[in-house]
Amino acid sequence: MARRHHDLGGLPAGPVDQTEHALSDWEILADAVNQALGEKKIKRTDEMRRAREDMDSELYRALSYYERWIASMETILTEKKIFTSEEIDRKVAAFEKKWGEP
Amino acid sequence: MESPRFKPGERVRVRAEDHPGHIRTPFYVRGKAGWIERVYGDFLNPEALAYGKDGLPEKTLYLVGFDQKEVWGQYPAGSQDKLFVDIYDHWLEPA
Repeated sequence: MARRHHDLGGLPAGPVDQTEHALSDWEILADAVNQALGEKKIKRTDEMRRAREDMDSELYRALSYYERWIASMETILTEKKIFTSEEIDRKVAAFEKKWGEP
Repeated sequence: MESPRFKPGERVRVRAEDHPGHIRTPFYVRGKAGWIERVYGDFLNPEALAYGKDGLPEKTLYLVGFDQKEVWGQYPAGSQDKLFVDIYDHWLEPA
C-alpha cells in the first residue's frame, strides 16, 4: 500500500499558517475558468483530482495550489482534444511577448 | 436505491488495499476498523468519473466513524475523540 503525493493526512508537519492572504487576479481567473468548464460539462471535479494526483510528484510539490489547477485543466483539455499543448504553448508565448514574462 | 449492504451501527473495516488511479479513501484509514454512522445514499462512482466515464453503477456512500485511538495508535489513552470519514461501499468489509 503506497501513499501518493496528494494524500498527506497524518504525516508529521509543522504548524499550519492560518494568516489570511488575498488571491491574485490570475488565481481568481483560474478559479473562474475551472467553474466555467464545469458549468459547460467539459470536465468533472473527479477528473481534475485525478489529473493532480497523476502529476509528476516533484512538479506537484513545486507548484502552488492554483498552478496545480491550471496544469490539471491543461491535462484534461488536451486529453479531450479541445486544445493541443502546442496551441496552449503558442498562446502563452504570444501573451508573454505582449505583456512580458510573468 | 438498492438496500445498502451495511446498516448504521454495524462494524466495518476499510480495505487495506491499493489500486492504481483515483481513489477517495484516505491512506490513513485503510485497514482501520470503525462503524457505520450514517448511510448517505447511492452516488455516481468517482473512481470512474475521474476518467470521463459515466460513473455507473452507483456506489453507496457511508459516513464511517472511527475512534482516533484506532486510527493513530499513539493517541492519548482514555480519549473519546472520534473521526468521521465518507467512504464508498466497495472500500468496506464487515468487521
